[in-house]
Amino acid sequence: MRWFWIDRFEKFVVGKEAVTIKNVTLAEEPLDDYLPGHPHYPHSLIVEGMAQTGGLLLSQMEQFLQRVVLAKVTKADFFFVAQPGDQLRLTAKLLGRQAEGAFVEGTVEIDGKKQAEMELTFAILDESFGKEPFFIPRDLLRILRAMRLFEVARTEAGERIEEPQHMLDDEQAYLASHPF
Amino acid sequence: MPSSEEIFQKVQAALVDALGVEEDEVTPEATMVGDLGAESIDFLDIVFKLEKAFGINIPREELFPDDILTNASYVKDGKVTEQGISELKARLPWANLTNFEQNPRVQDFGNLLTVNDLCRYVATKLG
Repeated sequence: MRWFWIDRFEKFVVGKEAVTIKNVTLAEEPLDDYLPGHPHYPHSLIVEGMAQTGGLLLSQMEQFLQRVVLAKVTKADFFFVAQPGDQLRLTAKLLGRQAEGAFVEGTVEIDGKKQAEMELTFAILDESFGKEPFFIPRDLLRILRAMRLFEVARTEAGERIEEPQHMLDDEQAYLASHPF
Repeated sequence: MPSSEEIFQKVQAALVDALGVEEDEVTPEATMVGDLGAESIDFLDIVFKLEKAFGINIPREELFPDDILTNASYVKDGKVTEQGISELKARLPWANLTNFEQNPRVQDFGNLLTVNDLCRYVATKLG
């Protein structure tokens, strides 16, 4: 199973806010397996989707080189369940950031109605947790492109952001060593 | 400048939110780690909540003097030296170090901070 709980970025303002879309479909295993006969999208996966939205917002600030993990769900309130056919709109706002971590406030809407609100604390891992990156840069780049992050991402001044050079270099090196 | 009571109420609200404890558990004497069960990641959350509630900036070293507690000049055989205690007092003038001074084991420092200490710290930032 692929652990992507967001489908694409709709908005991305560097260091401030990210909005993602998640389409809920009955084709996904957790929908019906979670509570057979009453298919709905598990709340825990909505939290994970928000963590992916906020985590990428945070990680982008250091060119996706920072290793960011969800450390704590301070609060998560759900007002109704998400069902097959629903489209979730997840908004993550970065409210505070320090060397050790960051604080994100998230809201989820379905058809303009607030479905959930949450507060997440992220930890930024230092070298005491090892040095290995979480993702191979070229793989993460491919995912970010699929999610259209670079198509919508802008700085606060409205300027586009480029794909990070270290990711492009990794991709180029891989392609050069794996000719078709 | 808010009153001590107003500061306590906001600190209390931040701790109830961040730690999932009951309001009546957050007494002035309660220790953050021992009594309220705060873990390291909770402090990050608490700092963000206090910054938001009071509109202040809280640099990590003002609340957590790790650099002093890991400095060989200030620590000997797992205990903070007299010079180290002086450094701690200078850095954390709002903290009550009386009990810690009796047996200043570095490992016990983490459980020193009380709700009252946190209120006093906030008051120094607002003052």
